[in-house]
Amino acid sequence: MPQPKTLYDRLWDAHLVRAESGDTPAVMYIDLHLVHEVTSPQGFDMLRKRKLAVRRPDRTVATMDHSTPTLPADENGRLPYATDQAEKQVEYLRENCAEFGIKLHDFDSGNRGIVHVIGPELGATQPGMTIVCGDSHTSTHGAFGALAFGIGSTEVAYVLATQCVLQRKAKNMRITVNGELPKGSSAKDLALHIINRLGVNGGTGHVIEYSGSAIRALDMESRMTLCNMAIEAGTRAGMVAPDNITIEYLRGREMAPKGDDFEAKARQWLALVSDESAVFDQEIEIDASNVLPTITYGTNPGMSIPIQGIVPESMSATAKRALDYMAIDVGKSLSGRRVDVVFIGSCTNGRISDLRVAAEILRNRRVADNVRMLVVPGSEAVRKQAETEGLHEIFLKAGAEWRLPGCSMCIAMNGDIVAPGKTAVSTSNRNFEGRQGAGARTMLASPATAAACAVAGVVTDPRSFGVSREVA
Amino acid sequence: MNVFTRLNGEIMVLAQQNIDTDQIIPARFLTTTSFEGLGDHLFADWRRDASGQEKPECVLNQPRARHSPILVAGRNFGCGSSREHAPHALLDFGFRVVISSEIADIFSNNCQNVGLLPIVLPEDQHRHLMGLDGQEITVDLVTRSIFVCGSHDNDVRFEFEIDGFARRCLLQGMDRLDFLLAEEKAIKAHECVLEART
Repeated sequence: MPQPKTLYDRLWDAHLVRAESGDTPAVMYIDLHLVHEVTSPQGFDMLRKRKLAVRRPDRTVATMDHSTPTLPADENGRLPYATDQAEKQVEYLRENCAEFGIKLHDFDSGNRGIVHVIGPELGATQPGMTIVCGDSHTSTHGAFGALAFGIGSTEVAYVLATQCVLQRKAKNMRITVNGELPKGSSAKDLALHIINRLGVNGGTGHVIEYSGSAIRALDMESRMTLCNMAIEAGTRAGMVAPDNITIEYLRGREMAPKGDDFEAKARQWLALVSDESAVFDQEIEIDASNVLPTITYGTNPGMSIPIQGIVPESMSATAKRALDYMAIDVGKSLSGRRVDVVFIGSCTNGRISDLRVAAEILRNRRVADNVRMLVVPGSEAVRKQAETEGLHEIFLKAGAEWRLPGCSMCIAMNGDIVAPGKTAVSTSNRNFEGRQGAGARTMLASPATAAACAVAGVVTDPRSFGVSREVA
Repeated sequence: MNVFTRLNGEIMVLAQQNIDTDQIIPARFLTTTSFEGLGDHLFADWRRDASGQEKPECVLNQPRARHSPILVAGRNFGCGSSREHAPHALLDFGFRVVISSEIADIFSNNCQNVGLLPIVLPEDQHRHLMGLDGQEITVDLVTRSIFVCGSHDNDVRFEFEIDGFARRCLLQGMDRLDFLLAEEKAIKAHECVLEART
């Protein structure tokens, strides 16, 4: 009888160009390479220096998202880049894509956006694939039952030149989430809850498979939010086995197979599961009904509490430094703490379902006078859909800024920054010191919580706004 | 790639746990298109205040920082962003080895790819080195050992584990891209099977 396999085992085996040995790592084939302007220039330079071509331009998808402005072009059509260097970096991506024959989803394409938002939207991301990008949040694509992980720029060069990476096999971890998420809780709250439970290094050396009835109940955008933050527990990748929700999401997408080919593919995709008798190196069970709206209080994504909880005491110097940086007292609730900035967006929570949740809370309400609120759609497609639904008008009427797509304030490379000492409630993925600007204090939360905080002007439980539907 | 065999040098300790790559080099320095000169931005927000003045209390601003090639950091070093700028900044600043009780996956790969030696030690050995800030030690990749010269016959030697391939690449300055390019036939064969399936 063949050895039972996990989903990760299956994907690993299917992509081996050469198996690993004691002496050498495995050579793993990459089905899809996503490229953006920040981590690719040095990779392209390595190819040029060695006179190498891009092996599979057809398996390479490029866009610009990190260094790009979210404010519109001036009357001369010039975009307000934060620095000349940022503009040069974007221009260099254009030159590199042109020279090496890679399709670039540029400003005029109509489908530019955050690379982890447009991959799924285009149907480029498909179950069973290996997907890499010079970006740690590549884990997002695991939502489709793909093995997706971030790489460095030297590895970007390896993939451009050979379509392969060198890998040692990781261990298998399964996180089973059963039950129902309570009203007001979302995939983001679940992600923060899991990272808190595992710790920011609890997943190091592992690939997580998320399973259980609560995971099956999540739509694709919620699964993307969950897998997006797998990296924040140190894991190599996170994934969810494909099911009918996955298939229906992909049907009709630009780069997905069409007609009978799609049906044939769908049957193969549905077979991408862990065998019932497969053994995981680590198993964790979570009761979804315990996952309350969650917010971070420290300087890593593991330092979170339920929004009405009490900031716990810690003896560690690292935790003390974090609380000092955040200007937060232990033994108290965060409720009522003044909020200066609210950011809705990023590859974690910049999709249409996220904007709908935020808009529902902001409808017929105003952003508090002390709050600057930025709403940044994850892609052009999200922006267009939101504008079709009139969500942008709700945001603008409430006093929020409605911007063009990009990573924006999640990484604060493009001029969208939080000022020193200011507190931001952000739907992004990292609350590291200085992440949203030097000296900025970040509290991570769901779109519902962020929108509620924007209205109240202080940290607020979204349930007090009567969230009426399942939130993403 | 840099060849690494054996190194004598002083330890610099950064005891904090979970030092992420946003600390190692903040994102605002990532609009560059090269990896040159990133050492200037290493731990920029730890080393400088808002006006750009160096903070004298930061250990990385002490003269010894630039000639301490061995960084010993708290657990889970290099977590977060995959930016390869982080190991480049460490190398450019003068570090050749990073030691911790746990090093984040992507960062560790990046270190190996750019020729910065990442070493993971068991907790007790790691703790021992964390107490030796400023002391000279020897890191020997040939024998996979760390040697601490003691004051009175109490020398300490640890053996460390490192992936055999990573070790070979560093010892020989072997380029992984050459290794992958040599797999052309096998890659082609994989692609043939792949195209036949679709």
